[in-house]
Amino acid sequence: MAHESHPSSLLFGLVKPRNNVSKIWWVFGFLSIITIVEVFLGISKPASLHLSSFLGTSPLNWIFLILTLVKAYGITWAFMHMDGEKKWFRRAIVWTTIFLICYLTLILLIEGSYFHDVMAPYVKWDY
Amino acid sequence: MEATVATKDHHSWADDKTQKKPFEASYGKMMMWFFIMSDALTFSGFIIAYGAIRFKFIETWPIADEVFTHIPFVHGSYPMYYVAFMTFVLIFSSVTMVLAVDAGHQLKKNKVAWYMFATIIGGAIFVGSQAWEWKTFIQGSYGAVQMHDGKIIQFVDGTGHQVTLESFTTSHETVREQHISKNGLWFTSEVSLPVFTMAEVVEGFKKNPNLSVRTEKIDFETKSKEILSREQSLNLLAEGKAVIKGANLEANEYGKTLFADFFFFITGFHGFHVFSGIIFNIIIFFNVIVGTYEKRKNYEMVEKVGLYWHFVDLVWVFVFTFFYLV
Repeated sequence: MAHESHPSSLLFGLVKPRNNVSKIWWVFGFLSIITIVEVFLGISKPASLHLSSFLGTSPLNWIFLILTLVKAYGITWAFMHMDGEKKWFRRAIVWTTIFLICYLTLILLIEGSYFHDVMAPYVKWDY
Repeated sequence: MEATVATKDHHSWADDKTQKKPFEASYGKMMMWFFIMSDALTFSGFIIAYGAIRFKFIETWPIADEVFTHIPFVHGSYPMYYVAFMTFVLIFSSVTMVLAVDAGHQLKKNKVAWYMFATIIGGAIFVGSQAWEWKTFIQGSYGAVQMHDGKIIQFVDGTGHQVTLESFTTSHETVREQHISKNGLWFTSEVSLPVFTMAEVVEGFKKNPNLSVRTEKIDFETKSKEILSREQSLNLLAEGKAVIKGANLEANEYGKTLFADFFFFITGFHGFHVFSGIIFNIIIFFNVIVGTYEKRKNYEMVEKVGLYWHFVDLVWVFVFTFFYLV
């Protein structure tokens, strides 16, 4: 069984946990802090982030998206041990998935906006 | 029985006479990864479809903060807290799972068993919370009126806060009974009747001059729903079709029908994954206890089921973002 006695480092080498267990708790703390930040922002919704617009949506939404991807990275690399797999096995899984998801997202969100542009003018609001 | 007690170097790359594993990954683990990949694409298909429909109705989509506002045993409006709790439970059960995998590497049977047990408990708490969340969503909180074209209108007081139908409507005794197959046409039936009739809601609304109607339309300057003047409200209410309380697949008091449909479908599909994960974990838990992996000197099965469990957590991270945050 492939078993490393020394856990791989976290955050691109910034954190070097002593053993596997301390690495797990470190990642848990990291994911918890991100979740707490998300929940705090989700409840307080600061107007400067929530009501302004940046690249098509509010900066708040961009923050949520990026934090979500960071969390996904943490879970996949540390908890699912992606960091311990062979480089091209990792890439076969991750690149394929990310490419297909990006493709589908692009196509369907453009399609959804188009539907909105075409149909919204016909929705009646005065009875 | 012989199949379950595998030899130490067992792997299923049976045709490979060199005994060299592709990518140095065992057959089972690699196949679990490929399954996870396909399942990830299934989930992303659902979530992206939700995104497409939301973009289509971008002006009228319900605001999640106003929908999911409940905490068990507590009254009042607390958006987000309960889902945040659920997220923590799931992340924490992921932690105990990965601790079980780590203990497995060290061949510590009792530790693996206890961590697996904690993971199962965490999963059960999550599924229970999910069920409660569904129950609250289905029962509804304020009640609303549905128009003939399917739009939903809600009721707010002078401060712009939503009010319940019960707070301004009084029910009169009615002779109308619910149509079920027993008392009417045998081949058809209707859903349970709302507590109030349209006429009672209109009457109550007229008696309370501080109330107004809130439409589904979002004002993008303030990211809040449009509130009509008293006069407009009365006109709109006069056109109302039905009283709606709670949510089902055909109508819901929160707004767009598709919102509830996607909610039930995606959280339901995720909840079913969690449920299956719990079953898998229980099976592996008992295998650990009876010593199957102890005999193999190999706890890789725990690692494989752990991959699935982490994946369920991973999906929830995205569901949390797209249903509750964004």
